[in-house]
Amino acid sequence: MELKDKLVSSFLAFEEEFGGENDDLHNIRNQAIQDFERIGFPAKKEEAWKYTSLNSVLKHDYSFFPKKDDSLEYRDIKDYLIDNIDTYDLVFVDGVYSSHLSQTTHDKIDVCLMSSALCKAPYKAVVDNYFNKIAPKTGLNALNTAFTREGAYIHIQKNKMADKPIQIINLSTGKESAMLLQPRNLIVVDENSHVQIIERHQSLTDRPVLTNSVTEIFAAKRAIVDYYKIQNDSTSASLIDNTFIEQQSESFCSVHTFSLGGKLTRNNLNFYQKGEHIDSTLKGVTLIEGKQHVDHNTLVHHIEPNCESHQDYKGIFDGNSTGVFNGSVVVEKEAQKTNAYQSNNNVLLTDKATINSKPQLEIFADDVKCSHGCTIGQLDEDALFYLRSRGIPKREAQGLMMYAFANNVLESVKIPELKKRINKLIAEKLGVEVGFSL
Amino acid sequence: MLKIKNLHASIDDKEILKGINLEINPGEVHAIMGPNGSGKSTLSSVIAGKEEFDMTQGEIVFEGEELSELDPEERAHKGIFLSFQYPIEIPGVSVTNFMKAAINAHRKANGQEDMRANEMLKLIKEKSEMLEIDRKFLSRSLNEGFSGGEKKRNEIFQMAVLEPKLAILDETDSGLDIDALKVVAKGVNKLRTKDNAVLLITHYQRLLNYIQPDVVHVMVDGKIVKTGGKELALELEEKGYEWLKPEQV
Ligand SMILES: Nc1ncnc2c1ncn2[C@@H]1O[C@H](COP(=O)(O)OP(=O)(O)O)[C@@H](O)[C@H]1O
Ligand SMILES: [Mg+2]
Repeated sequence: MELKDKLVSSFLAFEEEFGGENDDLHNIRNQAIQDFERIGFPAKKEEAWKYTSLNSVLKHDYSFFPKKDDSLEYRDIKDYLIDNIDTYDLVFVDGVYSSHLSQTTHDKIDVCLMSSALCKAPYKAVVDNYFNKIAPKTGLNALNTAFTREGAYIHIQKNKMADKPIQIINLSTGKESAMLLQPRNLIVVDENSHVQIIERHQSLTDRPVLTNSVTEIFAAKRAIVDYYKIQNDSTSASLIDNTFIEQQSESFCSVHTFSLGGKLTRNNLNFYQKGEHIDSTLKGVTLIEGKQHVDHNTLVHHIEPNCESHQDYKGIFDGNSTGVFNGSVVVEKEAQKTNAYQSNNNVLLTDKATINSKPQLEIFADDVKCSHGCTIGQLDEDALFYLRSRGIPKREAQGLMMYAFANNVLESVKIPELKKRINKLIAEKLGVEVGFSL
Repeated sequence: MLKIKNLHASIDDKEILKGINLEINPGEVHAIMGPNGSGKSTLSSVIAGKEEFDMTQGEIVFEGEELSELDPEERAHKGIFLSFQYPIEIPGVSVTNFMKAAINAHRKANGQEDMRANEMLKLIKEKSEMLEIDRKFLSRSLNEGFSGGEKKRNEIFQMAVLEPKLAILDETDSGLDIDALKVVAKGVNKLRTKDNAVLLITHYQRLLNYIQPDVVHVMVDGKIVKTGGKELALELEEKGYEWLKPEQV
């Protein structure tokens, strides 16, 4: 049976088992499965999927009824956590929350589970207000909504500051022959509040894993949200990340995406600016090899005046790897004095690697500053010669230069320990030694 | 130490070096002067191994070994150092990390272990102090946002750390004020021993007051058209290069 049919026909059984009592949710899910049945998975003929084909990842016989697995110990997962600073941790194993690996809180802020938020009374108002409100009606979002069961629920109440970063870790054990995971996260950050979140998907075996994740983020007035995505998965794991952010006036939101490994990675990242003096930042480093594929599909929707957006994506492609950058900026007629910057710079290390980079600017206001630039190139020969003339061998010189190229995206990472980790990950991938200072 | 015989080099089929002969012995300082565009930087790049240039004829022999098949890094390991006329900015690589990579690459090529961190710190500190380089510079990105003078001083600092046998200084003096010039000259003179050699490329006689050359060459249109003692530099300062057009020589 095709994956789509299998999913649709399993829906009722899934609802029975995990659906809960909430009638509103039943309705949302029912609607969603109908939407999915109608729309289906994206096809290559769609403009937004022209360069990313899901065929190779949809062909597996995925299991999508999560089973609880308590066998993982902290030491098995330690490498995938930032473990030497204090954090809240939400750890999911094969889609099921793992309490003994997690650290949640309800003390002034809520860092807990989607499954309980969806069915418990104290969260009803927030869920009714925000759940499934900004995710556009795509086949993938509908699919996730229909099967919504678990994920992170984070609510930072007014004037609160999350006192430590929050890590959302999705692990897959490979106990099933192939696994489809659909985490669903809801993050609501009220007025004047502040939160830092790190998200990671990690497969622990070579079995195929497909993750179709949906995250909705709401940043109220003057809220600050910094979100970091670490995508460094095994080459049998694929990820479709759908993240949607709605911002109110004077809020700051940034998303950094580090795409360092995985079979196929697609990032759908949309920002909707619903007020004035908003700042949205989207940054990414892609560093892949072999047959890996990374696709960044971004949208910043400038709706009100006096807002800014900054997009800076860097890519380094080795081997036969392929990349896509599809960055849209829409500036509505009312959104005067918008500053929108976008840049996408790529280095291709072989003549087999490819990148399709396509900025799309739709500007309906007249008093705006918008810039976009895209480069695709090799490493600068003069700089390489300079390093080699100091005795640094060619490969190492190339590594140093790539490191330098990618590294400036890290400057805006606000969690020093995370910055160090990513720095190290990138340096290791490039075979350079760094971190020596006076 | 360095013997260049009938060297021809071109880029994109345009011949730039048209038969250079040059011999430098250990302990000597040679200066090459000449108008802009005569090929001085090309000569230094070709000696250092820049692959863009095609060596179409001739040979470059360094300590008895023909260089043309060697990569730039291998030439560096043998003791050739080029101070660039226009040092390249490399954002994201700190001066210190760059020097660490360079030092350890040299050591590896000589079959030595990596230098210990404290030893390296000491070396870097000593040399940067000699060249009056602020410590803050060392953690900055290589050459990024450095002034012209700072870049040149940084080149000499790298030279002082790597202690090459043959140092080629391509217009290291241009853009330096007199104090910086003295600091740079001090660095170069420190390196001078009976075993090392220096090739100074310069426009001005001024540097030669501080680093006394043994031999002065004049290069015009890809050829060395005149060779003499240090008094030749003074003569050039006075008369310019016009009287030395290649066809008249
Ligand atoms: N990369 C290059 N591509 C093309 N022409 C070059 C290149 N480098 C140097 N040249 C040419 O070679 C000639 C010599 O240049 P150069 O060696 O820089 O002279 P100098 O250092 O004496 O001023 C000039 O005519 C210059 O335009
Ligand atoms: Mg020159």
